[in-house]
Amino acid sequence: MWLLVAPLLPGLINKVKAWVAGRRGPPVLQLYYDLARLWRKGVVLSTAVSPGHVAGPAIAWVAVVGAALLMPLGPGGNALAFRGDALLFVYLLALARFCTAGAALDTGSAFEGMGAAREVSYAVLAEAAIITSLLTLGLQSGSVSLTSMLAPSAGAGAALLAAGLFAVLLAENCRVPFDDPNTHLELTMIHEVMVLDHSGPPLAVILHGASLKLLLFDVLLAEAVLPLGELPPLTAVGALVAAVLVVTVAVGLVESLLARLAFRRVPLFLTTAFLLCLFALLVAWKGGRA
Amino acid sequence: MSTPASFVWLSNGTSLPWAEVPEWPVDSFVEATSAELDRGVRLCAWFGVPDGDATRLVAVLAYDADNTLAVGRSAPARGSYPSLTARHAQAHLFEREVWEQHGLKPEGHPWLKPVRRANGGAPANGKFFQVEGREVHEVAVGPVHAGIIEPGHFRFQCAGEEVLHLEIALGYQHRGVEAALPGGPHRVTLSQMETVAGDTTIGHATAYAAVLEALAGSEAPLRAQWLRALALELERLANHPGDLGALAGDVAFLPTAAACGKIRGDFLNLTALLCGNRFGRGLVKPGGCRHDLDTVRAGQMQQQLRAALDEVEQAAAWLWDAAAVRSRFEGTGVVGNATAADIGLVGPAARASGLVRDVRYDHPAGWHRFAQVPVAVWPDGDAFARARVRWLEIQRSGKFLEEQLAAPPDGPLCAEPGALAGDTLAVALVEGWRGEVCHVALTDAAGRFRRYKLVDPSFHNWTGLALALRGQAISDFPLCNKSFNLSYCGFDL
Repeated sequence: MWLLVAPLLPGLINKVKAWVAGRRGPPVLQLYYDLARLWRKGVVLSTAVSPGHVAGPAIAWVAVVGAALLMPLGPGGNALAFRGDALLFVYLLALARFCTAGAALDTGSAFEGMGAAREVSYAVLAEAAIITSLLTLGLQSGSVSLTSMLAPSAGAGAALLAAGLFAVLLAENCRVPFDDPNTHLELTMIHEVMVLDHSGPPLAVILHGASLKLLLFDVLLAEAVLPLGELPPLTAVGALVAAVLVVTVAVGLVESLLARLAFRRVPLFLTTAFLLCLFALLVAWKGGRA
Repeated sequence: MSTPASFVWLSNGTSLPWAEVPEWPVDSFVEATSAELDRGVRLCAWFGVPDGDATRLVAVLAYDADNTLAVGRSAPARGSYPSLTARHAQAHLFEREVWEQHGLKPEGHPWLKPVRRANGGAPANGKFFQVEGREVHEVAVGPVHAGIIEPGHFRFQCAGEEVLHLEIALGYQHRGVEAALPGGPHRVTLSQMETVAGDTTIGHATAYAAVLEALAGSEAPLRAQWLRALALELERLANHPGDLGALAGDVAFLPTAAACGKIRGDFLNLTALLCGNRFGRGLVKPGGCRHDLDTVRAGQMQQQLRAALDEVEQAAAWLWDAAAVRSRFEGTGVVGNATAADIGLVGPAARASGLVRDVRYDHPAGWHRFAQVPVAVWPDGDAFARARVRWLEIQRSGKFLEEQLAAPPDGPLCAEPGALAGDTLAVALVEGWRGEVCHVALTDAAGRFRRYKLVDPSFHNWTGLALALRGQAISDFPLCNKSFNLSYCGFDL
């Protein structure tokens, strides 16, 4: 389910961008075609790399899939759930990042080193925001399991949490204004530059993992804000799908209408996202007592 | 040998006998040139002319405030001479070029290495400048780039994200244009001139035609001069919106990036309407123009021009109104006024650093003697200023075209220039869209080219890009690069 739907989202974003710019744009299913094409191709490896270069994307993909399994899909429930799985969720995402960055550093290329350095330095701030938002949800529901955390609405802090998580979504998935998924200029890229030396199936795995991560954050954002647990199952599924679509279109619109931030201003923006989540936490905490 | 008092003056698009060019012994020639440059005069060209087994140096200076040029030459020299670069940075590439072409070594040149000479299949780049330190790392970009652009090699010395030094190595597109010219003009010479830098076709072809007309002692008919002025502004109008769009694209601002790509095509089509080729190939020829603009097509052009100008105004308004774009452009890639003057920047890059430098205004020739375009200047020297100057020039060129199309001069289209005068030197400057295009020709006794020197504006301006990057974030390089948008093939010749 996760695996099949995920590549649809980048296609949707590109369609929105093309529509705003007055172009026809690539087909919505383009990423599926790309994945099929890459999967059939051979792998070109630099002579400088170790086996970690290929293992990195694979482990990262497995980690993201693992995180997806933990994420409940509204009334559909989740494949895996246990007490404390929220912590594992955060760690799996961190592991995925570690592996991608490791595989990038493995090439010894100056560009990929720069990309990895940028990725991990922004991740420090983005992760703080995610952890705070999960804390907020945990405090509200009194649970550390994603299923029960995400069922009720985030309450009074929902708007704050939504804004904060949306910013984190843009940063984690390397969208404008943090990164430009369309750019082909090595010197300005973050995520894209880390995968320059990958080709064929490993690249397909990376692209698929990226779309999966985007879907993951879409769902997290939707469920954190909407009180899906309180709705009848069919309505809940409908609301979830609609919310994911709205978030995806919003990403496309942001990308169409905003310019990229200069790198030195990114930390400020991410800190703001962190503060939004922190205020949501305060609201949940104080609101719970009152 | 007696020492002449001063350089000899001549105006843009004229010639004078080689014997009248004052001659100094090489040491005093460097002194005399240096003294003129001290007074704020600008070096347009500095090149060698082979004389037996020795080489004469020739300097073409621009006195912008006096609307005049000046020429001087040295006695034949061998081996080496005292470097001018040590005192005037704007001579730096010129002296490297002379050393490469004629083996005349400038003593005391701080960074003497090849400009574009090949070593096997690639340019002989020589050793790159290196910064040492534990935190310093080196980033090499190119010559193959991640886009459809020309080849060039960029070597960054960085501390983290900050660029300490950038060295640019070109020469990958060296085709030997200058070497093909002595003995000319040949039948292919005009076509070669049009492809010195394909996006400056009109600029280089007009300069070449002006040089030939000056050598023949004739002038193109007014109608042809008018058409050349139209084509020159159309070339500017095609390239500037393209640059604005590319600048927007570099900061991922889609609305302007998407619109400008299309608008650039609209302006290119106007040039096609004029002469059948979108880049203006085949329009200009020595003596006049090959194609005329009849009344019907002139009316069509007026209409389409208006429509395209309206569209570019809208696209530019999006760009200026977006705070996110301004925050990226402002303060990025600053070249200060004094630095710009020292390294001899030309064109929009110089005007964005507050220098009032425009050949159309300072050294008017052809139609620009009768009709002026106001000079667009912005003081800050950053990427924003360079974008802003482009926008001002779009507006002013558009207005100029509308005025000119409303009042066309009549007359013949072409007056064949006669035979070229022997032992004569001619200089022509044209303000191409990227800046000053300078052509200098010297004929032998038979009236064939003895030496032909081409200076594309990019030759002056690449140093500006290297300096703009100092202290900048390396991630801003594409933005700075695009804000200069220099030519690789125009430099490589």
